[in-house]
Amino acid sequence: MNDYTKFLSREVSRGRMGRREFMGRSLAAGLGTAALPLFATASAAQEARSGGHLILGIDGGASTDSLDPAAATGSVMFVIIQTWGDTLVESHPEDGSPIPNLVTGWTPSQDATEWTFQIREGVRFHDGSEFTVDDAVETLRRHTEEASQSGALGLLRSITGIENRGGDLVITLDTGNADLPLILTDYHLIMQPNGGRDNPEAAIGTGPYIMDQFEAGVRATFTRNEDDWRDDRGHVNSAEIIVINDNTARIAALSSNRVHFISRVVPNTVSLLERSDNVEILTTPGKGYYSFLMHCDTAPFDNNDLRLALKYAIDREELLNQVLSGYGTIGNDFPVNEAYALFPEGIEQRRYDPELAADHYRRSGHEGPITLRTSGVAFSGAVDAAVLFQESAAAAGITIDVVREPEDGYWSNVWNVQPFTASYWGGRPTQDSRYSTNFLSSAEWNDTNFYRDDFDALLIQARAELDEQRRADIYRQMGMMVRDEGGAIIPVFNDFINASTTEMMGYVNDIGNDFSNGRMISRVWLNA
Amino acid sequence: MHNANGGRSLGLPPILKLILARLGLSFLLLFGVSLMIFIGIEALPGDFASTYLGQNATPQAIANIRAQLGLEEPVWSRYLQWLGGAITLDFGTSWASGQEVSAQIARRLSNSLFLAGVAAVISVPLAISLGMLAVRYVDKFPDRLINVVSLAAISLPEFFVGYLLILFFSVQLGVAPFPATVYSGMGLWERLGMVALPVATLVLVVIAHMMRMTRAAILSIMSSAYMETAELKGIGAFRAILRHAAPNAVAPIVTVVALNLAYLVVGVVVVEVVFVYPGMGQYMVDAVTVRDLPVVQACGLIFAAVYIFLNMASDIVSILANPRLRHPR
Repeated sequence: MNDYTKFLSREVSRGRMGRREFMGRSLAAGLGTAALPLFATASAAQEARSGGHLILGIDGGASTDSLDPAAATGSVMFVIIQTWGDTLVESHPEDGSPIPNLVTGWTPSQDATEWTFQIREGVRFHDGSEFTVDDAVETLRRHTEEASQSGALGLLRSITGIENRGGDLVITLDTGNADLPLILTDYHLIMQPNGGRDNPEAAIGTGPYIMDQFEAGVRATFTRNEDDWRDDRGHVNSAEIIVINDNTARIAALSSNRVHFISRVVPNTVSLLERSDNVEILTTPGKGYYSFLMHCDTAPFDNNDLRLALKYAIDREELLNQVLSGYGTIGNDFPVNEAYALFPEGIEQRRYDPELAADHYRRSGHEGPITLRTSGVAFSGAVDAAVLFQESAAAAGITIDVVREPEDGYWSNVWNVQPFTASYWGGRPTQDSRYSTNFLSSAEWNDTNFYRDDFDALLIQARAELDEQRRADIYRQMGMMVRDEGGAIIPVFNDFINASTTEMMGYVNDIGNDFSNGRMISRVWLNA
Repeated sequence: MHNANGGRSLGLPPILKLILARLGLSFLLLFGVSLMIFIGIEALPGDFASTYLGQNATPQAIANIRAQLGLEEPVWSRYLQWLGGAITLDFGTSWASGQEVSAQIARRLSNSLFLAGVAAVISVPLAISLGMLAVRYVDKFPDRLINVVSLAAISLPEFFVGYLLILFFSVQLGVAPFPATVYSGMGLWERLGMVALPVATLVLVVIAHMMRMTRAAILSIMSSAYMETAELKGIGAFRAILRHAAPNAVAPIVTVVALNLAYLVVGVVVVEVVFVYPGMGQYMVDAVTVRDLPVVQACGLIFAAVYIFLNMASDIVSILANPRLRHPR
């Protein structure tokens, strides 16, 4: 058995690779069908085990955290609310397509403005009451009200009506949207009894685990819901989340075997952690990206030649290797990668080209230094990235002044205010929500001041288009527009890097989001 | 003379008057601090609504939150409301989580006091006895050893001491628990085991200061004439230090002990973060990050109160320990 076969078998036995991928990779490696029996042996060890107490050490929790799903921010709450609660729709871990969860199915109207969802029957909340269509209606209403402070409010803005029509949930929209089921996968939209109006922080849901204790910014504990309506999840008996915000402390907690899993391993410590025999590095390609944003309507960035000059003047590969230690993928200056459905394949990859950059720079007629504002919070390693950019641009004769802004207040005083800043975006469920969030002219966070009527028209057209092929074509046009005329320099998409002990198995690399899209507690098991 | 007359006219012994004056000053100071905390926080750039919503803020959501929190009211009226509540230990509700600030602080403060208490119970007697030991063997090997070790410990930054202890006792030897996350419902013994490493770190950090002050204060008394008399009487060296020198060195020792106790309560943010200990420091840092003003104000005021109280206590002890003030002529 060679090393590659060993690697494949190990991936299978850890529950991270299905039969199809195993065969595909074996064939690609020239192993042929001879490798097939290996799959059987490896997958025998893959059988999920029930039992045990799972402990996670996660960053991104604070004593100000609230259990109200509408107010959930940060990775700790992202995991917690999806451990006790369910959304109406889930997304497929591999291709991101919508899967019915607390609904059994849906039918859109011809123009995709009216959607009818059939509610799943026989599901009970942790307090014993039955989940009904009225709970779903109230939950969605609470998140869409005028006075709502829900983190999902922006996504739900096009909703004009939510009602119980003869036992079905009917949602009406002001413009057609073929992606509505995917929007309902947003993690804030956890179903609560009476929509959580009586007590939004009660943490009563239909999820695989029941919450026992919660101390904001410190710790949360869960016991398995023995009456769970699904039988394909919830392997460990109980689970515990310890909030560990300090990078070094998380690594120490994993090294001393106090926790089974830690979040956000800083890229340059990965090689040190890998030396340990009982530590497993878990990387998941994500939809989030790091970027440098130029305001298309502000001099000197109102000149497309200057924007192109800067796009060619960044060394993407070096940035990926230096800042992310290789844990990511190269970006192509439009905000979508393979993790999105209907990703436009075959668009030429933009590369570092100092000569072409110098050429565009000359044509732009701009002279003098360009100020780039960055900060430690813009993204992990944003200051180093800006300095790398400065150096690679200097080779093209472009002078960049890097200004390091304070972390405090960066999002209110610098980002989306200054014309050239470092920033990041987390993933969105669909291309539509990605572009609607920060490229549509009327978007609150149009952070490149990209005002293009033709682009907006394409976005609205794609949204209501139920034919996939035609939709994909429109998304290709939009991607090209942003890539060649937009104000975002998108050098890299970042991976999520976590680590676990070898005892923890079955971690699914969900393309939806980090932490197996927030559902890791109910998906993994312990091989004690 | 004038002072003594004033005291007599009030019918108060001068020492009581001194203490009362010191108490009054403390309250005045606390009031001043409350004003400064409030003004300082008002002056911070960025407000809660936009910081809380972060990159995802919309003007609509910001307006909703501001209206709900009553941020449209004038500053002075909000200050008076807050001060009125603070006097009765009601610090309002946290903007970010909607929970009672007082209830949350009570839990966090008791965690902090527990950690500080355990560290103090170990470090104060240890520092003082080591100081006396150093005086007994002044300039000899034990004195040198104590000095070198304690100075080395104070020279390392506390987070580094913490990481070293974690590396050896948790990761390599596996004898001490890490992280030191304590929670309600934990038994006393379990809790004591949990805080072993953070306590060890704190002890190493504060011991040198107290030990050296004890040593210096007693040494300066050792050279006085009555100590020579005591030695000539034939009293043993330790007994002379304990019975004759130490009582006269109480004032400076108490002052430095109080400073270090205050540090143990209000200055341990770094240790709390490194050991993932849910104390006041971390609570306040979390609140500052999201501009959760009621929490920041309450924490600030409590920290100031602890500091002022400990300093006041040490001053009062010094006053009481001074025979010239205790028995005025």
